[in-house]
Amino acid sequence: MSTQKTYFGSLEKYQKGAVEVLADDPKNYAFSNIFEVASTSKPYEKVAVGKNLKYVIEALRAEGTSPWFACAHDEAALCMDGEIEVHYVKPDQAPVAANKEGTVKLSAEPKGTKMGWVKIRRGHQALLPAGAAYQFRAAGKPGVLLVQTILGDATVEKWAEICQTKA
Amino acid sequence: MSTVANQQGLTDKGLGYKAHSIGGFRFERDEYFAHIFYPGGRHIMPVDAFLRALMRDVAWGFFYGTVNFDNVFGTVNHYGTVEMFIGLFNEAYRSTNRHHVETFESKDLKKVFEQMLQDWVNEGFDPFAAPDETGAPFGAKKGNNTKAIQRQRMVADRMVGLPGDLGYRTDQNGYPLNRQFQDIPTDQPEVHAEPGFEKDVHAYNFFNYVARSDVTWNPSVVSCVKDSQFCATTEEHILPITHGNDRVEWFIQATDEIIWDIDDRATGKPRAKVVMKAGDVAAMPADIRHRGYSPKRSILIVWENNDGTLPQKYASGQLKPYPVEF
Ligand SMILES: [Fe+2]
Repeated sequence: MSTQKTYFGSLEKYQKGAVEVLADDPKNYAFSNIFEVASTSKPYEKVAVGKNLKYVIEALRAEGTSPWFACAHDEAALCMDGEIEVHYVKPDQAPVAANKEGTVKLSAEPKGTKMGWVKIRRGHQALLPAGAAYQFRAAGKPGVLLVQTILGDATVEKWAEICQTKA
Repeated sequence: MSTVANQQGLTDKGLGYKAHSIGGFRFERDEYFAHIFYPGGRHIMPVDAFLRALMRDVAWGFFYGTVNFDNVFGTVNHYGTVEMFIGLFNEAYRSTNRHHVETFESKDLKKVFEQMLQDWVNEGFDPFAAPDETGAPFGAKKGNNTKAIQRQRMVADRMVGLPGDLGYRTDQNGYPLNRQFQDIPTDQPEVHAEPGFEKDVHAYNFFNYVARSDVTWNPSVVSCVKDSQFCATTEEHILPITHGNDRVEWFIQATDEIIWDIDDRATGKPRAKVVMKAGDVAAMPADIRHRGYSPKRSILIVWENNDGTLPQKYASGQLKPYPVEF
């Protein structure tokens, strides 16, 4: 039986690897660490840490209560640190056009039907279903979410700040 | 007395294995090696490495782009047809025109590969398992391991655990926590769905799900946003193939550590090493090939873009091989 411990990162304690270049530019790998990114982000800033044409993955610092967000397509949120609630509302009137891609930040909680809520901890993945509005709430210490979505109005791109640029 | 030249075949040692052929390729195995004969030459690989690579190629349906079994032999997926090659992505073979390529219908090549696995994988050897978890593949033919070689790649439509979607792995259905993930928390998220919203208000323990995978280096789709696929996998020991993708893919190291060797996709010349620790995210450009080393079983998310128009766009140069400019 193995005695090796599983190593998880967290906001408080993470190690970062690196691109060790032989004949290459480290920028080709857009190498970053989600805990490092979240440690310098504003609460719920949706910082892109991966981009594959229109698709992105975003690292979010989950701290306190987020704005209400909505999206016309499914998204997914993986909790990498902390304990975070997600509250869902089915808006009476769609706040986002059906063909619009990416997350939209709402100015307030939309009028609608309460769909329920989930509480996720490290390693848990929650669905952010198409057409719903949702809000993150992290009452305790700050956490980290990794969101799988499409590049949208709320996505923040600051690659030069977060990625390894030098060999 | 006469001697007959038998350059293009093995001396029959009565080991019980069959030869398998398709087009100009013929595969033979002995106690230690897989021998690949092709018009103009032969190639040899350790049989354990060959079977582990063959298993992935079959289970993934030839995967995305190039599956290099080693720096000489492999397959290129054209999604309906497959090229099988010798030396196609090897500078020495190419510069001396010693490479050899044949195209097959995917279903025909898959059939031959499946027959070869059925014949060459002995009882007690699981090509999907980490070496420390399984027996050795060497020696004369001894039984088979049909159950191990018929596993399919698991694919969620929307997200693991949703009603009607890919189910959970549990002790009861034969997926205990792996020996190297005994310390993974198995707690469940709280889910409070109002009536009628059970298909939408959903969460599950992703780490627990992945840590129960009984295979290594076999990405399975856990969540989708249109063509964006999170493919989660547990990694231990060495990726049995060197993957030369036909598009950009990304890695998110969820636990522990993997070290990647990055070589040029076309020539095999080394370009970089990428050391990834828990929380690290890195792109794999479209013009490289990569092979990973995972000293302890680790959770990796391979993030793929399943858009079928991409290979042509990267191959033609319409898209740059790296994902972001900054
Ligand atoms: Fe890959």
